[in-house]
Amino acid sequence: MISVNNIQVIFGKGTPLQKQALNGVSLTIEQGSFVTVIGSNGAGKSTLLGVLAGDVLPSEGQVMIGKTDVSRKGTAARAGLVARVFQDPLTGSCGALSIEENLALAAKRGEARGLAAALGPKRREHFRERIAELNLGLENRMGDRMDLLSGGQRQAVSLVMATLAGSEVLLLDEHTAALDPGMAEFVMNLTQKIVSERKLTTMMVTHSMRQALDYGHRTIMLHGGEIVLDVAGDSRKELQVEDLIAMFRRIRGQTLDDDALLIG
Amino acid sequence: MSLIAFWGAVELGLVYAFVAVGVFLAFRVLDFPDLTVDGSFPLGAAVTAVLIIAGVNPWLAACVAMVAGAAAGIVTAMLNVRFKILNLLASILTMIALFSVNLRVMGKPNVALINADTMLSPFYGLGLRDFYVRPLFIGVLVVIAVIVVWRFLESDAGLAMRATGANARMARAQGVDTNRQIYLGMAISNALVAFGGALFAQTNGFADVTSGVGTIVVGLAAVIIGETLLGARGILIALIGCVLGSILYRIAIQLALSTDMLGLQASDLNFVTAALVTFALVLPRLRRGGAA
Repeated sequence: MISVNNIQVIFGKGTPLQKQALNGVSLTIEQGSFVTVIGSNGAGKSTLLGVLAGDVLPSEGQVMIGKTDVSRKGTAARAGLVARVFQDPLTGSCGALSIEENLALAAKRGEARGLAAALGPKRREHFRERIAELNLGLENRMGDRMDLLSGGQRQAVSLVMATLAGSEVLLLDEHTAALDPGMAEFVMNLTQKIVSERKLTTMMVTHSMRQALDYGHRTIMLHGGEIVLDVAGDSRKELQVEDLIAMFRRIRGQTLDDDALLIG
Repeated sequence: MSLIAFWGAVELGLVYAFVAVGVFLAFRVLDFPDLTVDGSFPLGAAVTAVLIIAGVNPWLAACVAMVAGAAAGIVTAMLNVRFKILNLLASILTMIALFSVNLRVMGKPNVALINADTMLSPFYGLGLRDFYVRPLFIGVLVVIAVIVVWRFLESDAGLAMRATGANARMARAQGVDTNRQIYLGMAISNALVAFGGALFAQTNGFADVTSGVGTIVVGLAAVIIGETLLGARGILIALIGCVLGSILYRIAIQLALSTDMLGLQASDLNFVTAALVTFALVLPRLRRGGAA
């Protein structure tokens, strides 16, 4: 479960470039719920994700993940509670390490790391099985360096990495935005499968309104650092991409020049 | 080149293999350009020499040298992590400060260890000639060090350190405290370099405050020569490359200096080193058909 209470985030406080990135955001996401988050550039979606991940510490407000108050905890300190897939495939995994070394690193997320060999026979076999489930043929390339993989393959492996160690929440940061349409669909289907199989509490930030409505149980729209839309259940089922765009226009009080950007 | 000169070069190469492995940890694993080694190498030599003269067991003296080296590494790490000083500059500051520290430790610029007991003393009387005993003894220590560092880098803790250097953001997301890894890595790296300094003092019979000048270039030369020869094929190969590179570097220098035809003298050493490192850097490009 995630519980965020009256969060304030201000970037560049006291400078001419001061920006209120999040303004009093409160949000509760129940255990096992899959929430999608949309909003235009600068709306605060990445900041909200950063607040949950620990990259951004709010100046005010409380962040609870599970039963733990993580308001003042940095990324590494709360990693045991948070699994994450980044937008850039290069960020989420380590190019200089092999596939199985990346998995070994992720399998110990949030745990103490000792001097035992990272890749014993048992762990190797376990990793191999998990990667074989992807049906990408990567199980025969476990010793290959991660940077030999395509962006889509890396995102698929990142998703597996996110589920190797237990976590309270899964954070997805536009994790298909850098992929070609075919691979994006593959990764989204994989995401869906993993999230529903493991009943993960998930928050997915996306640029695509289509994705935001097609996946998950609930959709949130951010604008100017505030939550301006929060739909779930039947009212969400009836919602169309066009409705969202109309809403966007109303909120911004201006016409959008490039709808394609939002539908994408 | 005489037999003695050859084995002398191998011996020196093995001593500097500790420097090479230390430099590999800082530069390649942690991606931290660390010049502290120019100070921590003579620091290791100074601490060992002073302690041995004070009657301390030479093995213990070498261990204390490692602790001193680790402390130097931690100072550099602190300047970088806690005070946000650029990594290269942080290491230069420590290096400069260590010059004074080393003079204080020794009380004078040069301490001789003639006739003092060293780690090697028990092995001299066993029938092998001295110029074989030294490289053999140091070689065994190098093998032990390489195995320990290799096992470490392939452990869970070692993976965390490698991830810190390769992708710090990802490492943090996996729960790795990257600042702590920098402290730890710099400590291990400089402890190894200081141990090299301790061995240098014990095999050469002196510690000199200027013996650290250019240590970083020599260490880097070894790392690069090793990479050029063996390529990037895993941690163990890379570590063996460091050792091999260090030995080959010394042999190449010895060859260059002992070949009358080239007309080089000992004072040309720095130029030859620079030329050799440049060559090792350019060679991989030339191999790829001159495409730059």
